[in-house]
Amino acid sequence: MEAVFLQLLNGLDKGGAYALIALGLTLIFGTLGVVNFAHGALFMLGSFCAVSLQKVLSMSMKVRDESVTFFEAYKEVPYLEIWFGDAGKALIDWTVPLALLITIPIMLGVGYVMERGLIQRFYKRTHAEQILVTFGLAIVLQELVKAYFGANPIPTPAPEIVSGSAHVGAWFGLSDAIVYPWWRLIYFLFAFAVVGAVFAFLQLTTFGMVVRAGMADRETVGLIGIDIDKKFTTVFGLAAVVTGLAGVMYTPVLPPDYHIGMEFLVLSFVVVVVGGMGSLPGAVAAGFLLGILQSFASMTEIKSILPGIDQIIIYLVAVIILLVRPRGLLGREGVMED
Amino acid sequence: MNMKDNILVLIFGAVILTMPLWAGIVGAGYPDLLQKFAIFGLFAIGFNILFGFTGYLSFGHAAFLGIGSYTAMWSFKLLTMNAIPAVLFATAVSGLFALAIGFVALRRSGIYFSILTLAFAQMCYNMAYSVLTPITNGETGLTLTATDPRILDAATTEGLPSTELFGMGLSGYNGFYFCAIILIIGFYISVRLYRSSFGLMLLAVKSNQNRMKYTGLNTKPYLLSAFVISGMYAGLAGALMVVIDPLAGAERMQWTASGEVVLMTILGGVGTLLGPFIGAIVIKYFENIFSAFNDAVLNQVFGFLPDFIQGIWVSFASLFVGKGWHLTLGVLFMLIVIFLPGGAMEGFRRIAAKFKKEKEAHSAGGAE
Amino acid sequence: MSSILTVEGVNKNFSGLKALDDVNLVVEEGSVHAIIGPNGAGKSTFLNCLVGRLVPDTGTVLYYGNKPEGETLFGLPPHAINQKGISRVFQTPEVFEDLTLFENAMIPVMAHLDGSYRFNSWGGVLSRGEIADAAEHILSDVGLLEKRNMHSGSLSRGDKRRLELAMCLAQDPKLLLLDEPTAGMARADTNNTIDLLKKIGEERKITKVIIEHDMHVVFSLATKVSVLARGHIIAEGAPQEMKGDARVQEAYLGGAHL
Repeated sequence: MEAVFLQLLNGLDKGGAYALIALGLTLIFGTLGVVNFAHGALFMLGSFCAVSLQKVLSMSMKVRDESVTFFEAYKEVPYLEIWFGDAGKALIDWTVPLALLITIPIMLGVGYVMERGLIQRFYKRTHAEQILVTFGLAIVLQELVKAYFGANPIPTPAPEIVSGSAHVGAWFGLSDAIVYPWWRLIYFLFAFAVVGAVFAFLQLTTFGMVVRAGMADRETVGLIGIDIDKKFTTVFGLAAVVTGLAGVMYTPVLPPDYHIGMEFLVLSFVVVVVGGMGSLPGAVAAGFLLGILQSFASMTEIKSILPGIDQIIIYLVAVIILLVRPRGLLGREGVMED
Repeated sequence: MNMKDNILVLIFGAVILTMPLWAGIVGAGYPDLLQKFAIFGLFAIGFNILFGFTGYLSFGHAAFLGIGSYTAMWSFKLLTMNAIPAVLFATAVSGLFALAIGFVALRRSGIYFSILTLAFAQMCYNMAYSVLTPITNGETGLTLTATDPRILDAATTEGLPSTELFGMGLSGYNGFYFCAIILIIGFYISVRLYRSSFGLMLLAVKSNQNRMKYTGLNTKPYLLSAFVISGMYAGLAGALMVVIDPLAGAERMQWTASGEVVLMTILGGVGTLLGPFIGAIVIKYFENIFSAFNDAVLNQVFGFLPDFIQGIWVSFASLFVGKGWHLTLGVLFMLIVIFLPGGAMEGFRRIAAKFKKEKEAHSAGGAE
Repeated sequence: MSSILTVEGVNKNFSGLKALDDVNLVVEEGSVHAIIGPNGAGKSTFLNCLVGRLVPDTGTVLYYGNKPEGETLFGLPPHAINQKGISRVFQTPEVFEDLTLFENAMIPVMAHLDGSYRFNSWGGVLSRGEIADAAEHILSDVGLLEKRNMHSGSLSRGDKRRLELAMCLAQDPKLLLLDEPTAGMARADTNNTIDLLKKIGEERKITKVIIEHDMHVVFSLATKVSVLARGHIIAEGAPQEMKGDARVQEAYLGGAHL
C-alpha cells in the first residue's frame, strides 16, 4: 500500500510535465493543424530562461575574503549581495520562481516569431513536411543553446525554503517514512494550476470559445466569418508559454541540458496520441496517467516479473492504444483516425 | 529496366569504384570517409524505397541499422570473421524485425505511422540499453574479444581478430571496395524495383490509396513489402558499419539517427533514384569538412579582414563548424524543406530547365 | 433475364435516424439501373450497402456475379469486392494524379491479371507486352491515347472522368457502379460522358447502377429507374413511365417545397 502510494507520488511530477507539454502540443495541433516537432525545444528554451536568469542574478565580483586572515584570499560575491545584502541573497535564492515572470513574455515572443516566421507557411503543407521543418528548427534551437551554454547539465536549485522533503506519508496517516521532495509536490500543483488556468481561459473567454470552435470544426468557423487565422498566432504563443513554464519549473527536478527537450518531445507525442489527437482533456489525463504508469513500472517488484518494462511501458501503451483505439482515450471519433 | 537505366547503373558503378582515385581532389580521399559515403548512401537508398516510393515517413529506421550491427557482431563472435555470413544474417534478421514492426505500424498511416515507428525504435533503443545488455553489452557497446568462440575459424586467428573476406583483410580501401560493391548492387536493385510493376504499385499507393483499393489492389502487402525491403537495406548498412569497425553501440539506434537518414533523403530528393545517395554524400562530406574546422582555421580563412571584423566573423562562423556542425545541418534542413522540398535533384532540374529556356530564348531571338 | 444483384428488406439506422427503410431491389443483368431521388433520400447509404461498405441492420444483399446461388459482400474490404467484378466510379473522379495516363491505365490491367497483390519486383513494368497493349487499348477506347504521357493531375474534370471509366473498364467488370458520374461537370462534359457511357454500353455488356441527380443523364442512359425517397423505394419502372409518375414528381417537388 505504502509502496503504491509512493509510486503514485513519484509519477505525479513527471506526469505534470508530460501533461503541460502535451497540452501545448494539442493546442497547436488542434487549432492550427500543425504537427510541431519543435515543441520539445520550447520546453528546453523555458528551462534555459531560468538558467539565464540565474546567470544574470548571480553575476559576481571578486572581493577580499575577510574570514581568512593569515593570507590574502578572495571570493566571488554576487553584485546583488553586495548591493542589497540579505535581500539580494534572497533574490538569487528565488531565481526559479522569479524566472516564471520573465518566461511569460519571452516565450510569447518566441511563439510569435516562430508562428509568423515559419509555422504559418506550413499550414497548407503536408504533415510530413511540417514534421521535417519543425524537426530542423528543433535541431537549430538546441544547437544554439548548446553553443552558448555548453553541453553539460546546469543545476538550477529551488529556493532554500522548499529544498527539503515533505512528510507526505504522515499527512495521510501512513508511515512517516514516506517523504517527497517539496519541489516536486509544488511542480505537480503548479501543473495542475496551469492546466486549470488554460481550461478556464478557453471556457470563459470569447477568444477561448473561438479557439474551441476552431478545434471542433475549422471550416465552419471560417465560414461564419471569424478570421481564425489571426487568432492562430495567439494560440501558438499561449502554447509556447505553457510549455516554457513547464520547462522553468522542471529545472530544479532535472538540471537542464540542451537536449532535454528532445527527450520530452518524443514522450509528449506519445502522450498526445494516447490521449487523443486534438483532445485537451485527453492530453492532460494521458500525461498524468503515463507519468504514473511509468513510475509503477519502475518498481522493483514489477521489474522482477517483467524486466525492462520501465524502459518501454509508455511506448508499449501507445502502440496498443493506436491499434485498439486509434482515436485515443478521449479523442473524438473521426479526428485523424486513419 | 531500359537502356538508360543500365547506363545509369554502369556510370554510378564506375563513379563509385573510381572514387579513391579522384576523391582526393575535393579533400575526401580517406578510406574512412569513403566507407561512410557507401554505407550511408546504401542506408538512404533503402530508406527512399519506403519514404520516397510510398510516401510513408518512418522515424524509426535507425532501429534496423542497430539490429543489423548487433547481428553482424554476433556472427563475428560466434561463427567466423568472414564478412559474408555477417552481412547475410544481418539483412535477414533486420528483415524479420521489419516484418514484425511493419505489420503493426502499417495498420495506421500518416503521422500515426511516423509516431508508431518512432515508438518502436525507442523501445528497441531503450531495451538495448537495459534488459538486453547480455546481447548488446549496454552502454559499452558490443566488441570482439579474444575469447569469442567463433566456431568456424577460431583456430586460425590469434589475439584480437579482424574482419576479413576469405583471408583478405577489410580495413582501409579493401573495406571501402567491399561496401562499394554492396552499394552498387543495392542501387541496381532499387532501380529495378522502381521500374517494375511492384514499383509502379508503390507509386500508386503514394498517389491515391482509395483508387488503389477500388481497383482491386490490396495496399497492405505492397506497403509491408516496401517496409521490409527498406528495413533490410538499413540492416545491411548496419552490418557494413561493424564490418569496417567491429563495435556496435545502442546510440546508432537513437531517433536522431533516424532523423539523419530522413534528412539525407530530403536533401538529395525524395523519390528520386540518385537523390538519397547524393544527400548522404553531401551530409557526410560536409560533416567531415566542417567538423575539422576550428578557430585557428577560421582565423586563417578570414585573415584578410581587418582585425575586429575578423573577430566577429570568426566567432559567428565558429557557431556553425566544428562541434557546431549540427547547427549547420539543422539550418540546411529547414532551408531545404521550406524552399526546395524536392531536394538537390529538384534543384538540378530547375537549373536545367532554366538553361533550356534561356537557350530557347536565345535561338528565338537569333531567328528574328 | 437473370439478376446480378438482389436487395431484400434492407434497413439502416444512423443513431435513430432511418436512412433506409425496408428497401427491396433487383438489378437485372445487362440493365442500366438508375437510382434517383431528392437530396438526403439515402442514395449514398444505399450505394454503400450495395458494395458492402456499410452493413445494413437487417436484410440481405446478394451478388450473383460469380456464383449462381449468390454471395454476400458484407464486411469484405474494397479490394476484395472489386476483385469479384464490381468497379466503382466516384462523384469526384479518383485517379492517380501523380502518374501518367498510361501508368494509370496499366495499374487496373495488372490488378486484373495478377490479383490483389503480386510481388513482381524484377521484370520491368514494360517487359510484359500484354499489359502495355491492354492499357493502350482502353486509353484509345475513351479517346485519351494521345495524352498518354501527360500526368493525369493536369487533366480537366471531364477527362479525369474518362480516365476513371477507362480504368474501370480495363478490369472487365461485371457490375459498374456510378456515383453521380456527371456531378460538377459543365454541360459539354456531361454530354461527352453520356456519349461515352452509351458507347461503352454498345460495345460491352456491363450491368450498370447509376446514382444520379441529373434527369437528363438518367433518361439518356437508364433502362430502368427506381425512385428513392426518405429511405423508401417509392416507384420503379421504365424511364418513360417514371417521367410522368405523380409520386415521383411529388417526391421531387415536395422535397423542393420543404
